[in-house]
Amino acid sequence: MHKVVLMLKGTLEYFKSEDFRINLILIRKSPLTVLGIVLVIFLLSVAILAPVISPYNPLKQDLKHRLQPPSWQHPFGTDQLGRDILSRVIWGSRISLSISMVVVAFSFVVGTNIGIVSGYFSGKIDETLMRLTDMFMAFPRLVLALAVAAALGPGLFNTMIAIAFVSWVYYARLARASTLQVRGETYIEAARAIGASDKRILFLHILPMIMAPVIVQATLDMGGVILTAAGLGFLGLGAQPPTPEWGVMVSEGRRFIVEQWWVSTFPGLAILLATLGFNLMGDGINDILNVRARR
Amino acid sequence: MTFVLFGIIVITFIVSHVIPADPIGAILGPQAPPELVEKIRKEWGFDRPLHEQFIEYVINLLQGNLGKSIRTNRPVSQDLIRFFPATIELATAAMIVAIAIGIPLGIISAVKKDKWPDHISRIFALLGVSMPVFWLGLIMLFILYYQLGIFPGPGRLDPSITPPPRITGLLTIDSLLTGNITAFLNAVWHLILPSFVLGYYASASIARITRSALLEAFAQDFIRTARSKGLPERIVLFRHALRNALIPTTTVIGMTYGSLLEGAVLTETIFAWPGLGRYATGSFLSVDFMAVIGSTLLIAVVYSLANLIVDILYAFLDPRIRYA
Repeated sequence: MHKVVLMLKGTLEYFKSEDFRINLILIRKSPLTVLGIVLVIFLLSVAILAPVISPYNPLKQDLKHRLQPPSWQHPFGTDQLGRDILSRVIWGSRISLSISMVVVAFSFVVGTNIGIVSGYFSGKIDETLMRLTDMFMAFPRLVLALAVAAALGPGLFNTMIAIAFVSWVYYARLARASTLQVRGETYIEAARAIGASDKRILFLHILPMIMAPVIVQATLDMGGVILTAAGLGFLGLGAQPPTPEWGVMVSEGRRFIVEQWWVSTFPGLAILLATLGFNLMGDGINDILNVRARR
Repeated sequence: MTFVLFGIIVITFIVSHVIPADPIGAILGPQAPPELVEKIRKEWGFDRPLHEQFIEYVINLLQGNLGKSIRTNRPVSQDLIRFFPATIELATAAMIVAIAIGIPLGIISAVKKDKWPDHISRIFALLGVSMPVFWLGLIMLFILYYQLGIFPGPGRLDPSITPPPRITGLLTIDSLLTGNITAFLNAVWHLILPSFVLGYYASASIARITRSALLEAFAQDFIRTARSKGLPERIVLFRHALRNALIPTTTVIGMTYGSLLEGAVLTETIFAWPGLGRYATGSFLSVDFMAVIGSTLLIAVVYSLANLIVDILYAFLDPRIRYA
């Protein structure tokens, strides 16, 4: 409890600090970053407000009105079962966001822990862990995720496991590289000299210092995971119909692309905008945190 | 390299033997009769301890035995040889597209830093990394083939054209070798759209890294020296700055080969491209497990080879590495 209060206090102080004001100014100066933040906030609001703003039930079929072009009643048209595509795209945001949040949170925690331990202790532990990441990195990410998904069987939960299984390595690599950079600093030596334990040094002195690049990676990765999950859904190995997952929806609309372009177009556009939002935001944060690029 | 190969074998073993709660079920499907399940379990050695299974798996691999595909009823290794050239052709064409777009874009972006050409090329690049390739392929096919008819439809050749005899399996090379110009032009024609769709994503990351590497080079003293001794800007850019910037760019190009391979898995489905990606996807869906593992293994090996080639290329680009 005490620690939580301290953390909250620290966060509040940061929002009042000069640093934060400078960062805000820097963000405002870069229109692309602002666009990214707006897109991400929009996506989050759509996901949270889905039950309120979606005009129809995303699963409700209406065979009389199947494959209707966009109109006032159905701004994005209807699909082959007469379901309202706008509502399905809105509910789809929940699925894509929850997949990417779960996967990124898991890879972030597991990967960062492994990375700092590996970088800090070096020697045999480091060697073993890094060899392990080498093994994973010999595969393109989507391809290994596909194989894991095929082994587990399709489904939303298995999609998360499959992508997380292949994602943590990137965090581990990054955290290790950053740890190696700070490990030799004087303040770490000082901490050790006054008798701080390894655990204390790792989590109180090293972890906060290496957070910046890892957070950038996580933001960019949110977009990457949305793309990967949509790819799995598109191939039929991710979420299953009738779940309104964007990749699944693009795949369902493939058969109708010649006459009913809207069935695939709108969910695809949603994937693009969601990913773009996170990429713009991640790029922006990177520019701000990376002092060398600021010059 | 040996270690990476060993790693690839270990991971595919884990994915195929350890992860599935019910490997036989994964192979035969849930409706398989129990006698058959028992027979396959014995035959494939799933009743033995894991380390024995692993040794057997490695021995089989070394003999080139990847098991038999249930879907095509042929050895997986034969299937892979059949489908692989189409993927290599597509991925290589996409790589050429990616480099042809990415490097000039990165150069323009760096030279005109913070001016509008820079902004436009950064937006273009960010759109590229955010684009779901399968969707882009679908939209391009819809507009450029169904609507405007500028580009040919899915497939590697028009149905009216007799494919050249199979020598390498790469249609462009085979048709050239046999002097069949019509087939060659048609194959290239069919390659353009899918390789652009696939190459766009990769071009984005190449443009990004070229830009930042060039900017880093521009900030260094030898560039200032070159400029102050009155060299024309063109020479400073191409002979001095770009040569240095190409080293990180090459690394990224090697890494993008992986995303091209995974992009191929998605693009081939859209363009009805009879390659490894489509074979793999088909086997994923029909739970043709040995085919899944075989394709994954092959893709990983090719990816690692691409990275190895990049390492060798370094020596050509950077004399410091060659002499060290």
